[in-house]
Amino acid sequence: MTASTEPAPAGSPSGPDIATLVQEDRVDISLYTDPELFELEMDRIFNRTWVWVAHESEIPNAGDFRTSMVGRQPVIVTRDRRGGINVLLNRCRHRGASLCEAPRGNANGFTCPYHAWSYALDGKLRGIPYPDGYEDVLEKKDFPLHRLKVDSYAGMIFASFNPDVEPLADFLGPARHWMDLFMKQGAGFPVKVQGEHKFRFNGNWKIQLENTTDGYHFPIVHRSWMSSVDSETAEMLSFMTDEKAVTHSLGNGHSVMVMVPEHVDLDEDDGTEQLQGRFGHIVEELSRDYEPAQVRRIVRSMHGAGFNLNLFPNVAMSMAFFRVLRPLSATETEIRHMALGLDGGPEIVNRERLRIHEHFQGPFGFGSPDDSEAWDRVQRGAAAGPGVPIMVNRGLSREQDDSKGRVAHATDETGMREAYAMWKAMMTDVR
Amino acid sequence: MSVEPPTAEALVAPELPHLADPRTAAAVELVWREAHLLDRKQYHAWDRLWAPDGRYVIPIDPETEDFESTLNMVYDDDRMRRMRIERLTSGHSISVAAAARTVRTLSRFVVQHHDDATLTLSSAQVLVGHRREQTFVLGADVTHRVRLDGPEPLIQEKVIRLVNSEDAVNASGFLL
Repeated sequence: MTASTEPAPAGSPSGPDIATLVQEDRVDISLYTDPELFELEMDRIFNRTWVWVAHESEIPNAGDFRTSMVGRQPVIVTRDRRGGINVLLNRCRHRGASLCEAPRGNANGFTCPYHAWSYALDGKLRGIPYPDGYEDVLEKKDFPLHRLKVDSYAGMIFASFNPDVEPLADFLGPARHWMDLFMKQGAGFPVKVQGEHKFRFNGNWKIQLENTTDGYHFPIVHRSWMSSVDSETAEMLSFMTDEKAVTHSLGNGHSVMVMVPEHVDLDEDDGTEQLQGRFGHIVEELSRDYEPAQVRRIVRSMHGAGFNLNLFPNVAMSMAFFRVLRPLSATETEIRHMALGLDGGPEIVNRERLRIHEHFQGPFGFGSPDDSEAWDRVQRGAAAGPGVPIMVNRGLSREQDDSKGRVAHATDETGMREAYAMWKAMMTDVR
Repeated sequence: MSVEPPTAEALVAPELPHLADPRTAAAVELVWREAHLLDRKQYHAWDRLWAPDGRYVIPIDPETEDFESTLNMVYDDDRMRRMRIERLTSGHSISVAAAARTVRTLSRFVVQHHDDATLTLSSAQVLVGHRREQTFVLGADVTHRVRLDGPEPLIQEKVIRLVNSEDAVNASGFLL
């Protein structure tokens, strides 16, 4: 099943029509509301480009799997016996039943609950019960599970329905440098997923896509979180007037917003930063087993990297967590916030990272519910004034070229402009 | 992973107090008073129902007892619970301002354990909420460990296991 390259059906927005919906400083409100545009997005974006499906730490051993989504299509991400990663459509080749409904686990393969067709971890059809009815009708080798193209970088696994998709390394481009920087929060340990919060909001997926590099909302929407954390953490995230807090466009819809400039490269430490007092008990415990420099390295990384990296179209690497979005319809989106820890690292550190994650994220966190309310309100407001555009023009006059793209302040809407430029290119078949 | 359901004998051991027992009745009354306060969003009064060093947990993993080492939706000690109350009452949270109106019922009480100082009570909670033209239901198994050795019963630990904890649980501006 490859992406359709057929022209849009009659009545759908055509390429030239769609091009008018996105301008440099504004986008049409129909991008949040139009079901036809949503269908085209599934076809022209989610069925054509690289979509993030899992982190390698979720499937470390042979037989490990997790279920995921590419757009609206369910897939199983597996680690086979040779260590290879497979992304398989979660659909039996016989009569279409889903093969796996568990979110994660370990298995020898997958057996359909309906007629017990069984498949290997790499998708090969292994067994058909009562095969006499298929003599001269079906060869098992011709009916494997549908495999998507798969590749990974920095442990991040991406899949694509498009056999002709550009190499993942090219798609990520300069973002790879930031992915490498992000993983330095492991402080010498591999980064692992520690769990996830999942929730839905009544709004278009691009409202969340915009939010990852929206520094402008932070002190307003998250005022109640800011007032609940210690003064050092609040100070760390007070980037509104910090000239070093910037957003870079990285091409192909990707962007990065730097909020804590001194934590961009966690290997760089001039020794002047005071470790936060809230971690005093952790410093004390770690100091029994680790050299002072390693203790400092681990504790400086406790809040993660000092930036949010937004990878078009569906994943963000945000400080100490992954944000994954799943479009459900033009007006509904599911979000997962995946907590990260140190694989094989000190238990006290991983526990503290869980507590930091719980403080902000999740349906009862001090941050996510307020984000969700803001996004709900955007979608509700989008019903009004169909001719009134969404503005993404903040910082246009101070945006500058750098070697890799455009750069402006972290509160500016440079990341959104980058994402919408990619959206426009993909939706109008320029790419 | 499947777990064998406990037998009826295990759920209601003969030596445990019946619902009519004054200790059980005091715990049930506390649980109902708590539900009343939470539905009315009287969070400061709710805080006074807690024993020192109380623990308030909404886990994601339906089986775990090791809340410390797993990701939860809520994992509050006294300090965190009071910060949560401050957030809910500060007027600075847009989700709290837009919180659903809720009506909850707790019943199906079973005494799981008791000793001289505490009684552990499990129950079923059905919460109906309404917000912006949408009505929703949240179901949960709830366990309260109640201290009974003071002048009034107090909550030592409350664990809310939502039936949909591993699936999408939508952001809310209220408490369970």
